[in-house]
Amino acid sequence: MNTIEQTTDEILQLASQHFKVPLAELKPDDDFFTKLGINSLQALDLLTRIEQHFRIELPDYELQGVTDFRTLAERIQSRL
Amino acid sequence: MKTFQGKTLSWRVADGTIELLLDRAPCNEIGSATLAELEEFVAALESLQHDAHALIISSARKEGFCAGADLREVYERSQTLAVAERRAGIRDFLERIHRVMNALDSAPLTTIAAVHGVTFGGGFELALACDLIVADKMARFCFPELRLGLIPGFGGIPRLKRDLGNAVVRDLLLTGRSINATKAQSIGLVSQVAGGGDALRVARATAAQLGKFDRQTAIAAKRFIKPIPHEELRREIDIFCELFAQPAVQAGLRKFVESTDALPYLP
Repeated sequence: MNTIEQTTDEILQLASQHFKVPLAELKPDDDFFTKLGINSLQALDLLTRIEQHFRIELPDYELQGVTDFRTLAERIQSRL
Repeated sequence: MKTFQGKTLSWRVADGTIELLLDRAPCNEIGSATLAELEEFVAALESLQHDAHALIISSARKEGFCAGADLREVYERSQTLAVAERRAGIRDFLERIHRVMNALDSAPLTTIAAVHGVTFGGGFELALACDLIVADKMARFCFPELRLGLIPGFGGIPRLKRDLGNAVVRDLLLTGRSINATKAQSIGLVSQVAGGGDALRVARATAAQLGKFDRQTAIAAKRFIKPIPHEELRREIDIFCELFAQPAVQAGLRKFVESTDALPYLP
């Protein structure tokens, strides 16, 4: 099973690849809406990518109020 | 009319397949303009069906298939009306969209929704009126209506219950959560999942396959296996209209309209 650090790293890589932002510019505590320059629709795309990558279901109500990668990783971790 | 170019949608017939393309910014919200053109399409279907064995409904909008009813229009129109007129107006809108959905549901050809991205609310309900759903791997399905104090009003609950059962309806309706294409396929909602940007191509290949079978047999099979749940559809309209009269709905619609989010219908 992934550690929280591994899960966070994988999210950063997914976000970097999908939204074409250099990985080096992304940090766990970044606000992903701001850092990736995405709206709520694109956040849904990120959610779909995450669900596919980790082979989990992550109901979007669990993401309400979540804006940083680290907290996102915690939500994912609880489903692994 | 074998081809049509409207303000919100277009259609054409090619290789025995009618292709209905939704194209209204930002994400094909269904308001009075789209409804009027869908009614034109359903009327044209009477003659189009003689030249085609299949119908594909898809979207030209990159944001998705359809985000549902045009809530801004619903709210703005409701503000100009007294309560009684408001209820009568929404009932008339629902009666009209139900006639469209029922016509698509029972059309004597095989219907395919080729969906991508946001397939929410009334957009989800439009897809459910089709015989098959082909989904891009990035498609998401959702009934967000309870957030507004409403239930889906375009026939989605009875159709989803008919096709998949009550437990699935309860899950999606009562939580308001969205599910991805893989999940939707695993529960039997989606027929095929396509790679990114390939849903329409997969739908066309499916339509070509359908054309190999005897038309009358296909129509008989569809009539046998896909009854329209008329009684529940009627009840859905009644419940929607009862809920629509509640002050909480107007407050929810106002919050939606006044939201500064680029896409405020999302969770």
